[in-house]
Amino acid sequence: MNQEQVIKISHLSKTFGKNVVLKDIDFSVSTGDVTCIIGASGSGKSTLLRCLNLLETPTTGEILYHDRDIANLHKEAAAYRAKVGMVFQSFNLFNNMTVLGNCMVGQIKVLKKKKEEARASALAFLEKVGMAPYINAKPRQLSGGQKQRVAIARALAMEPELLLFDEPTSALDPQMVGEVLDVMKQLAKEGLTMIIVTHEMAFARDVASHVVFMADGIIEEEGDPAQIFSNPQNYKTKEFLSRFMRG
Amino acid sequence: MPQDFFGRIVYILNRNGMSYINGAINTMIIAVVGTFIGCLIGFAVGIVQTIPLEKKDKLFKKIILRIVWFVLGAYVEVFRGTPMMAQAMFIYFGSSVVFHINMSMWFAAFFIVSINTGAYMAETVRGGILSIDPGQTEGAKAIGMTHVQTMLYVILPQALRNIMPQIGNNLIINIKDTCVLSTIGIVELFYATNGVAGALYTYFEAFTVAMVVYFALTFACSRLLRFWEKKMDGSDNYDLATTDTLAHTSGLYSYTGNRDKEEA
Ligand SMILES: Nc1ncnc2c1ncn2[C@@H]1O[C@H](COP(=O)(O)OP(=O)(O)OP(=O)(O)O)[C@@H](O)[C@H]1O
Ligand SMILES: [Mg+2]
Repeated sequence: MNQEQVIKISHLSKTFGKNVVLKDIDFSVSTGDVTCIIGASGSGKSTLLRCLNLLETPTTGEILYHDRDIANLHKEAAAYRAKVGMVFQSFNLFNNMTVLGNCMVGQIKVLKKKKEEARASALAFLEKVGMAPYINAKPRQLSGGQKQRVAIARALAMEPELLLFDEPTSALDPQMVGEVLDVMKQLAKEGLTMIIVTHEMAFARDVASHVVFMADGIIEEEGDPAQIFSNPQNYKTKEFLSRFMRG
Repeated sequence: MPQDFFGRIVYILNRNGMSYINGAINTMIIAVVGTFIGCLIGFAVGIVQTIPLEKKDKLFKKIILRIVWFVLGAYVEVFRGTPMMAQAMFIYFGSSVVFHINMSMWFAAFFIVSINTGAYMAETVRGGILSIDPGQTEGAKAIGMTHVQTMLYVILPQALRNIMPQIGNNLIINIKDTCVLSTIGIVELFYATNGVAGALYTYFEAFTVAMVVYFALTFACSRLLRFWEKKMDGSDNYDLATTDTLAHTSGLYSYTGNRDKEEA
């Protein structure tokens, strides 16, 4: 396969004060991979994603982005983040802008695109997530599912090489979860490289090309979804999944 | 001079109307310019005070920033903690005696009101910036914005909107407080009224007029700013843009809770 490695993490650790949240994490992602990270609350999934996006600075270890260590980037962190998008549990849409403005501002200010060009591409991505009719709405006028779809369009409009999702459906009412997951499934089909932290096990099983199970800051088990979900090796994985399947 | 109250007021208005108008104009010029420059100072100070310091930053930057923060903090505390009237005397007379600088009276007036408003606004702006949901900053960072871009396009517009009521408050306080500048000889509304009252010995009537004028000015300003706030908020509705114009003509929908399946 001619898959190129996008991100390779080795020996990554993160401590907050005395609290060791990530311990010696190793894993890698290649182009086209859809990696789902699962695990109990507090196991460090968000922290791992935030380290990948440099929203948190890793305490030790390296993050290789195309073979270049970016863990301690300072000045260039912004340029790196423009290539690695992130979708948050709480949407984080810009409240002072319309839906269209949200999807244009990064293209204009960060990618330095012309206004018309940015508008056209914003419209195309909004169309893709089914939010084109709402370009003039402000975030406060939208439902949760709509906000999250706009947030996805905003991230896509930057044409990222890798898109990180941190529990994108956890803040949504059940009937809105589907609309967001459908968009993400579509993106997976198109070959976008994604790392998704999720509690939606059925989604992970269907969409992921690789599943990572975390517990207490450690990657306990990883592998392809069929293996993890039907034949987990680690007892912690078994326990976690059985608790989940029973509901 | 007429003997009844209203007669005297009409008499004063006829005789001294122009002094009131000039006084009111001077009051408004100082209050508006002072508030405006004060806001600029307040924003500058508040923005500098909220620059994030990270562990990775260079030692030089850390030291410089800490010194600047200390100086700005001292400025805010001193000017908030002393009366403007005392500051006016101190700065206007002190500058000529100690430093042999002869400030013009007007320069001193603008300077004092601005620097005072700046001290109050600095705290307001700092609070306004810190009160914006950190998620907004993370959203901006996640699409590659730098700190400056994040501030400029995301945080400050929202902070400005949130502190608009405080800006209005400051303007109203300044309209009233310019009267302390009469101590350095500025002929604003209070000074002008004093002149009218003294000349005819009609303190009650002269200050009745002054009170009405002060109130009219502050009330008008507060309404105007309220109106401006409303405009900043934009409309409560949004046009549903439809790509297929044959399907439905774009109408004005107003938001009424969960309506996410409506476009189907
Ligand atoms: N900024 C922080 N300061 C101190 N501790 C933190 C900070 N952020 C996270 N933690 C701690 O790190 C641990 C892991 O948190 P994290 O948010 O990564 O878990 P998670 O796996 O994403 O959980 P969830 O499924 O609930 O989102 C938690 O114990 C949390 O208290
Ligand atoms: Mg989390």
